[in-house]
Formats: sequence, C-alpha cells, structure tokens
Amino acid sequence: MDPNTLIFLAFILILSIFLGFEVISKVPATLHTPLMSGSNAISGITLVGAIIAAGSAGDETMSIILGILAVTFATINVIGGYLVTDRMLGMFKKKSTEAKK
Amino acid sequence: MNIDIFVNFIYIIAAILFVFGLKMLSSPATARRGNFISAIGMFLAVVTTLLSKQIIDFHWIVLGFVIGTVIGAFAARLVAMTQMPEMVAIFNGFGGIASLLVGWGAYHATPNAATLTVVTIFLSVLIGGVTFSGSIVAWGKLSEVFGGKPMLFAGQKVVNALILLAILAAGILFMINPDTSYNIFLAIVILALILGILAVIPIGGADMPVVISLLNSYSGLAACAAGFVIQNNILIVSGALVGASGIILTNIMCKAMNRSLANVLFSGFGATTVGKGKGVQGEVKPIVAEDAYLILEAASSVVFVPGYGLAVAQAQHVVRELGELLEANGCEVNYAIHPVAGRMPGHMNVLLAEANVPYDQLVEMDDINPVMNTVDVAVVIGANDVVNPAARSDEDSPIYGMPIINVDYAKIVFVLKRSMAAGFAGIPNPLFFNENTRMLFGDAKASISAVVAEFKG
Repeated sequence: MDPNTLIFLAFILILSIFLGFEVISKVPATLHTPLMSGSNAISGITLVGAIIAAGSAGDETMSIILGILAVTFATINVIGGYLVTDRMLGMFKKKSTEAKK
Repeated sequence: MNIDIFVNFIYIIAAILFVFGLKMLSSPATARRGNFISAIGMFLAVVTTLLSKQIIDFHWIVLGFVIGTVIGAFAARLVAMTQMPEMVAIFNGFGGIASLLVGWGAYHATPNAATLTVVTIFLSVLIGGVTFSGSIVAWGKLSEVFGGKPMLFAGQKVVNALILLAILAAGILFMINPDTSYNIFLAIVILALILGILAVIPIGGADMPVVISLLNSYSGLAACAAGFVIQNNILIVSGALVGASGIILTNIMCKAMNRSLANVLFSGFGATTVGKGKGVQGEVKPIVAEDAYLILEAASSVVFVPGYGLAVAQAQHVVRELGELLEANGCEVNYAIHPVAGRMPGHMNVLLAEANVPYDQLVEMDDINPVMNTVDVAVVIGANDVVNPAARSDEDSPIYGMPIINVDYAKIVFVLKRSMAAGFAGIPNPLFFNENTRMLFGDAKASISAVVAEFKG
C-alpha cells in the first residue's frame, strides 16, 4: 500500500465515524437492542473481504481453510444479524394497531 | 466498463443504503423498513464482490455461505428474547474472528507485502483477536457458563500490561521482516486472544451491558482494519458506522451508572460484596394482593418500573394484562425504563414489546422523572439499584450519583420482591422503608397474577 492510498482510506474512515455519530445518536433508547444486533449484521461486511480471500485462495490448503472459515463466520453475522433484528422490530407495535386486533 | 470500477460504484450505493437504514432506526415506525434497506445494501455489496476480478474460484465461497446461512438463520429464529445479550455477544465475536481470518489470509497469501499493509494486517489480527476471545468470555458470563462473578487475581494489571508490551514488541519484529516471521505472527494471534480473555474476566455480570457495547464497537473497528488490509472502502465505512454506534452505547451505559469506562473495565465492581453506605433502619409495610388491587383500582395514573427480575420471573405478559385492565378502568399506564435495566441497552424494551406492550407506552427515565409526583402508583418489578434513592442522598453509597428513576416521588410505591434479601452487590435500599412504600412479597408473576385475578373477580 502506498502512503497516498493510506491517507485516502483514513480520510474515508474519519468522515464515516463522524457520520456514524450523527446518525446513531438519533436512535431512541427503546431501539438500542435492535441497533446492536443490526450493527452486528453490518459489521458482517467483513464478508466482502472474506469472499475475496476464499475466492483467490487457489489450491493452497491453508488459504482455503482461512477463507472458508472467514466466509462462514461473516455469513453467520450477516444472516443471523438481519433476521433477528427483523424479528425483534416486528414486535414493536403502536397502540392504535394494537386496539384494532 | 472496467469491472472493478463497477464494483466500487455499487459499494457506494451499499454505503448509502446502510446510512439510510440506520437513519430509519430513529423511529420504531420506520425501523423495520430501515433494517430491510440495510440488508439490501449488504446483498448488493456481497453479490457485486462475487464479480470482482480477484475471484477465481467459487465453490469454497459457496460452502462458507451455506454453513453460515444455516447457522445464522437457525440462531435468529430460535433465540429467546431474554437471550439477546448472549446472541449479540457471540455475534460480536464472530465479526472479530472474521476480521482476524481476513488479515491472516492476506498475510498468508503475500507474506512480503509493503510495510504499511503489514501494519494494517497486524491491527486487523490484534483487534479481531481481542474482540473474539473477549466476546466469548462475555457470552460465557451472560449465559452463566463461566459464572457471572468478576475474576480477579494478584498482579492482573501487570500481567495485562506485559502482554500488551509483548504484542507491541512482536508486532515491531513482525513488521520489520514479515516474510520470515510466520512464527511471530502466530504468537501475535495467540497473545491477542489471551489479552481479550484477561480483559473481560475481571468484569462483573452486571457490567456486561457496557462490555458488549464496547465489544460491538471493537467488532466494527476490526472490520475497518480488515478494510485497510484489503484496501476496501465499504468495509471501512461500515466498520466505522458500527464502531461509532458501539461507542455511543458504551457512553450512554457508563453515564447511566455514573461510572467512567476505566472504572467499569478495571475495578472489578461487585467482586467485593461488602455493602457500604448507611445501614437502613425502619419498618417495612407489607401488602396483600386484595389491598394492592383496591389502591390500583382507584388510581388514575400508574407507572410500571421493570428490571431484569421481571424477565427472570417471566412476568412480562401478566404485567401487560394488568396494564390493559388498568387502562380499561380509565387509568393512564406507562412503563418507565432505566437505561441499564436488563442485560444490554434497550433489552427491557424488547422484552416488553414481545409481550405486546405498545412502544408509545415505553418511557425513558428523563421523561418520567419530571412528572413522577403526579403519578398515583409506581410499581417496581424486579428492579432495585435503579430506583434506590440512596443514589441521590447517601454520599457513602457505592451507587451515589447514579441517575435513578425517582419512584419515591410517586404517591404510593409498590415494590415486588421475593424477600428482604439485599440486591446485587448488597447495596441497602432505603426505598423499602419509606412511608409511602408497600412491599408485595413473593414471585413477581404470582403476585401480579393475583392482582389480575382480583380485577377480573
């Protein structure tokens, strides 16, 4: 990696952190658990890196093992994280809809 | 068009969808759609990555997808809402190990990479490893596999400091000569894992909300570090969003306990069970279900203050039933939730939502406290420290200065409790002896059911 790339990536990192603080500080306390499980799913984005690792491993055994494990763990995060967040958020109901039942 | 430019373009769209998804989490009405939008972003990012030129072989990817999808889908379907903290803890760990493996894979593929890349590999492995083993310990404590007590030993801080120094020294050796340092690299992996374990074992079960928030943040940072390794923007953006989210939650939790992060991480709070603070004297006034019913029946506003004890007693559903009966009786019903009630941020809200309590009745501490003196009856169920007035008045109390829900300002307070035994960390609670407090002894579910039966009968 050349230093210019590093600066460029660091720039993106810093701006994203500020953006994250802005957006997430508006999430109400009542949704903090879904926020955590949902952000778990987002941190499963490592899957992108894992796919590249597993897909470029060739036929070298150790690379293949590392790649498969990385894809598996990241996929658990993505699939499990989004599904459980959806399940939880489905439970939050407003009073008016409650009365109709 | 160059395929890699196309892939990066889609990554931008994915990042936008993640941000919008998180923005929609600002209201329960739009949150579910927001989660879906975020999932679409993830889907786009993953599918386009498969088009990338570096991918020469798909079957290992498919194998990982299949195993991960099966485990993830089952875990998400089967987990009980009371177990959400354990699930989030272990998922943080999976995020960490995935970043560690990506870093390891990158090093394994090109051991003679440029120094800057080697630095990012080191960070990715270090943060990922600490996140993984720390999360496993947190999971073990939450699910009580390891026991929730803080584990302290003599010289713990010295040992941790030495391990950190060893990691830094090994890191420098590794960065100087990466292509001949495979053994040093493995040593770094192992030391990172040990550091994660040692960092979490001294922290008590009641402080776990802080720890899983912090580990949540680390799992994001681990993804960021992996993003630097493979020079991928989408990993950096998403990792930063998650990192920020974890830090915000950690901060909220610490404030709600009036403690610094350093105090939570290093003090071993709760290891000593000596309850300090003034011994409280006085007479408790027990009450039976029939009398509780008569008071509730006459009340025009009732606030329930649930703690984790409510979930332990599985009393959410019967409390909601009582709430509905009170409303039908013309009473205003709210649920006041302290930020550290439950085992993770927002945990009580999810448990009550599961029991069909509408979210507009869930009120935050800062909204209920100013109007507490207009409340006729405050019903404390399975909560103790978060309603302890000693936090306001007794400077010797270990929880002095912690913000509490001021239930003692309500006209009457019902406290549901198994017995007069002291709560966590044995902090005496003067609330129980107050003039306007009535104790309803027994199992919370049985007590509330008895009141509900009175209403119906």
